[in-house]
Amino acid sequence: METRAIVRIALLAAVIAALGLVPSIILPIAVGVPITAQTLGVMLAGIILGPRRGALAVLLFLFVVLLGAPLLSGGRGGLGVLFGPSVGFLLGWAPAAFVSGLMMARLRTLPVFAAALVAAITGGIVVEYAFGILGLMAMARMSLPQALAATAVFVPGDLLKAVATAFVAEASHRSYPAAIVSRS
Amino acid sequence: MMTDGLAPQTWLHRVPAGVKLVGLALLSVLLLPVCDWRILAGMLAMIAMVYAGFGRVGIARLKLLRPLLPLLVVVGGVQAASAGWNTGAVVTMRLLAMLLLADLVSMTTTMSALMEVLAPVFRLLRPFGANPRKMALAVALVLRFVPVLMTRWRAREEAWKARTNRRIPLRLVAAFVADILQLADRVAEALDARGFDQSVADRHSPPL
Repeated sequence: METRAIVRIALLAAVIAALGLVPSIILPIAVGVPITAQTLGVMLAGIILGPRRGALAVLLFLFVVLLGAPLLSGGRGGLGVLFGPSVGFLLGWAPAAFVSGLMMARLRTLPVFAAALVAAITGGIVVEYAFGILGLMAMARMSLPQALAATAVFVPGDLLKAVATAFVAEASHRSYPAAIVSRS
Repeated sequence: MMTDGLAPQTWLHRVPAGVKLVGLALLSVLLLPVCDWRILAGMLAMIAMVYAGFGRVGIARLKLLRPLLPLLVVVGGVQAASAGWNTGAVVTMRLLAMLLLADLVSMTTTMSALMEVLAPVFRLLRPFGANPRKMALAVALVLRFVPVLMTRWRAREEAWKARTNRRIPLRLVAAFVADILQLADRVAEALDARGFDQSVADRHSPPL
């Protein structure tokens, strides 16, 4: 893998980390629901870097977190994150970034905003929630309806994040044409 | 923030990282079939004693778990409502015990010690395209990029706030993303100019 790809992967991993440290910059409309902005970075990683490298950026971030860097939102890190009830959502990040990247590459004929929105929703919501719900069922012994109900509150926030992701993808593509790999 | 090298040493710090990892894995397998809340309560009490033995550092570490409490309460509540109090207590206590045990390992093991334990794993992955030297570079880059990104973002935020009282628009975030992608591409050029390219990285890559 060329150096440029490695550095970009590391950069997007750092973006996911930084979004956990400044949770309130982009999302003012979190009415009482704790929303992490980090999934925004996950969707962005897939859209900007493409499926494989986007997933690698997420894996790199998770690796650094497991090594002990307190970079999950709320300052969490270390091996303990593997045993939390929300671990499914974490494990879903890499597939989410992968699918986002895949959709982005497939929808090359659509305008960037539309393609990125579809990519962010399929990856960041459909795939991400599938893993999160499976995780809740396995770790917390919930039934499918229980897990669905427990996660439904986060959907509106994540839809907002998908729109924000699409906007950011489109605007950064306009100011730096080499930004999105599948469009340059 | 990224290192616990200055933290006071405890007896658990002196246990080799590999031993701690294997112990954690064993305990997680052993705890899984336990369905008696009394055994789990005893386990939690023992873990609590270890944390208490670490003094103020241990207590501070426990406070980091506070954001998880609501979720644990929901999980326990849902279980208690559907399968009875016993199940609710067992599921919640098991989760809590594993969280605390894993956090003990993280708290008393440095990142570099963990990397060292994992080095043989990376070597095994080599035929599948994993390159230990590149992985080490990537990890180092992430840790370096985080403060750089924070500083750069804060500078932009201040520039905006000095000019207007309005909320920071997404436009500013997008410009920031474009900016840091260019930064990354420049960093890559700089690395290559200093000889970190494919051929070099593949020819001699010392263990991590």
